[in-house]
Amino acid sequence: MLDISEIRQIEFDVLVIGAGGAGLCSAIAAAKESEKVGLICKSLLGKAHTVMAEGGMAAALGNVDNRDHWKIHFRDTMRGGKMLNVWRMAELHARHAADRVRELEQWGAVFDRTKEGLINQRNFGGHRYPRLAHVGDRTGLEMIRTLQDYGIHKGIDIHMECTALDILKDESGKIAGVVCMYRDTGEFIIFKTKSLILATGGGGKAWEITSNSWEYTGDGYAMAYEAGAELMDLEFNQFHPTGMVWPPSVRGILVTEGVRGEGGILKNSEGKRFMFDYIPEKFKNETADTEEEAARWLAGDKDARRPPELLTRDVVARAINAEVKAGRGSKHGGAYLDIATRRSAEDIKKKLPSMYHQFKVLAELDITKEPMEVGPTCHYFMGGIRVEADTTMSTVEGLFACGECAAGMHGANRLGGNSLSDLLVFGNLAGTGASNYAKQLGAVPKFNKEDAKKIIRNATSILNREEGENPYLLHEDLQKNMQNNVGIIRTDTELQKGIQNIENLKEKNKNVKANGSSQFNPGWHEALAMRNLLITAEAVARAAHMREESRGAHTRDDFTTESEEWYQYNIITKKGEDGNMQVIKEKRKEPNAELFRIANAKLEDLEAEVAAERKP
Amino acid sequence: MGNRKFKIYRGDNTKGELVDYNCDVTEGMVVLDVMHRIQADDANDLACRWNCKAGKCGSCSVEINGRPKLACMTRMNEYGDDETITITPLKAFPIIKDTVTDVSWNYKQNLKIKPFSPAQNKNNTEKGLVMQQVDVERTQHFRKCIECYLCQNVCHVIRDQEAKEKFVGPRFMIRLASLEMHPMDDADRIPAIKEDHGSGMCNITRCCTEVCPEDIQITDDGIIPLKERVVDRYYDPFMILFRKIFKK
Repeated sequence: MLDISEIRQIEFDVLVIGAGGAGLCSAIAAAKESEKVGLICKSLLGKAHTVMAEGGMAAALGNVDNRDHWKIHFRDTMRGGKMLNVWRMAELHARHAADRVRELEQWGAVFDRTKEGLINQRNFGGHRYPRLAHVGDRTGLEMIRTLQDYGIHKGIDIHMECTALDILKDESGKIAGVVCMYRDTGEFIIFKTKSLILATGGGGKAWEITSNSWEYTGDGYAMAYEAGAELMDLEFNQFHPTGMVWPPSVRGILVTEGVRGEGGILKNSEGKRFMFDYIPEKFKNETADTEEEAARWLAGDKDARRPPELLTRDVVARAINAEVKAGRGSKHGGAYLDIATRRSAEDIKKKLPSMYHQFKVLAELDITKEPMEVGPTCHYFMGGIRVEADTTMSTVEGLFACGECAAGMHGANRLGGNSLSDLLVFGNLAGTGASNYAKQLGAVPKFNKEDAKKIIRNATSILNREEGENPYLLHEDLQKNMQNNVGIIRTDTELQKGIQNIENLKEKNKNVKANGSSQFNPGWHEALAMRNLLITAEAVARAAHMREESRGAHTRDDFTTESEEWYQYNIITKKGEDGNMQVIKEKRKEPNAELFRIANAKLEDLEAEVAAERKP
Repeated sequence: MGNRKFKIYRGDNTKGELVDYNCDVTEGMVVLDVMHRIQADDANDLACRWNCKAGKCGSCSVEINGRPKLACMTRMNEYGDDETITITPLKAFPIIKDTVTDVSWNYKQNLKIKPFSPAQNKNNTEKGLVMQQVDVERTQHFRKCIECYLCQNVCHVIRDQEAKEKFVGPRFMIRLASLEMHPMDDADRIPAIKEDHGSGMCNITRCCTEVCPEDIQITDDGIIPLKERVVDRYYDPFMILFRKIFKK
């Protein structure tokens, strides 16, 4: 018989799950306020997915173009998100990003510099001005290493290679802890905590072609869902337009948007620069319509409009998809991304060193001489755990979420560069929010022992059953299903088929079996992740089926335009009392009038307004 | 490329053996792909670390035919068609299981290093630190490090268990160098570099530099300049005299 008192227990005020940018930021912020702060991560510290971010972090520092202002950043973000963003979150982000970036510099980040010696900023899709603070094309590495090297001296109790299994609550429904498992030994541990921050990233590993690593299995969504929290807008999955397409083994690996930011252009098999044909009506006034104007913009002409390659990611991904479908794809079914003829070899190696290296080694291609082949790859979840903007608390008392696993900040489509700054801003808010909550609570709430037992029994039964399904093959089936039926372009019939397949996989997964012992056993880890992937995939597919419009990253072939009606709704998914997933169409709150005005203002008017504000 | 032969270490720190596997290899595959294929088809519990699969996170460090490498950046066509490929864990660290080693020692070394301490002077402004690009380039070069610990793995000092506690190893020497050469850092780490971090232990064989997947000039740009700074401080007769006279 399983005796819970024999399982090791540690007590915290604030516990953070996930040690990417958001998790580290929130742990650092919590450690300022709370005595006992814990941080657990599935990988080794410093290896989380943030390390893969390349292009930069967006903040209206105004170091390169001093016309920039938080209001313009906010407007860009809302327009990029097709106005579905939670207004207050987009506001908080735009207002605080610059301070957070400067704080990161004080903690040791060494950004590329402007001629004046300040943090340099580069252009990116959807951003009006050069706005992304960066370090070549390895900004994520710089960010995570800075936070890691700073954070380890702040008295945070860090547990590496430790997988969170499920959340524990007390009788009144408050957060009480989480059951975890050390990957190296298979030992279970119960972390008791007053407040819990989920910073677990997304669930891109549910798709076949993805830029995400093994860690991205939607753990946060699934644990929050099981704990009764509401998920929101999971139908918005960003397919990054430029993933590698060849060779097959690297398909999906990210090619930074920085390539286009530095002047790279997209061409089809006929050599045509096709993005000029895909400029949406809404962005016509702000986008160059000739190659000549685009070239002037690249040369630094402030009156020229931006090249169409720098339209938002949803637009570019759909354009590449359409070109391939029309038979004008590259040799291996993508588009050509050309930087070789646009920049000197020396410039490319300096500005995009890791892209140069990545293609050289993995595709045996010299990007200073030849164009790259690129195509859409599942990259990011805009939706996630529903949180309150200022505190980041979810709909479960004491449960907080920040970073990719939280919903709202990015609406229907995220702008490149807004993710790293999101991690800084909302990581910080989550740390403070969770600390404040923990402080007003007396003792750590008492968890229900039966719940803990059940979680542990579910995990060990995967190892103990005599025979069953191979978790790797179940995962491959799920990935194929999501790729084919819940992909970039969606239809009613395919989505229904996708949901049915997920139901079948859920049944099979009840009998998943891992061979071997509990000691560092990837087969077992894969099987444990399957439950999370399936909950995530189901929420995505059901929400995608309900939203009968095309908006941002969610594209329906049978409802091809944005609908005024749907603009007013979020889609909430939560666990019903019968144990089945509930999908609810919920009316959005009325926006704050001032924020509404800024987001919908004409660019020229807003620019004049902030210029006037700046004058003494 | 066809069906290829592999030998992979299976076991832990106390006992283990090389186990034979076969895998169909197609164009463009890297060694990590092979490990994943074997894991999915034949050995579900084969332990290996990985994350980014693009040479950016430094998780998948192993020894391939005896050479320390990132499995995700080692292409199968680097090897002859009939060559058997042997995959073993890093030698300098205790084996947890199969190809996974316990690298926690490295995290302990990092904790000993005094973190970045920004100078509070006229270049620390409201708009951030003011530093010229040329002045941060050396530090940025070191900060490319992905902490794969391949350099630690081949370091003679670290491989010698007795000496392990006396030297932080090449990875952390370049972390120290990145801090010491940061134009806006005002902490003094020279005494610690000599005493606690063991700069004298390195005898400049450059093995670390050779295996660095990021091509960081660990020895020439990082370790040697730090050694020089230590020498200048402690062994330069003129400086010793200078300090005696001025009591610095």
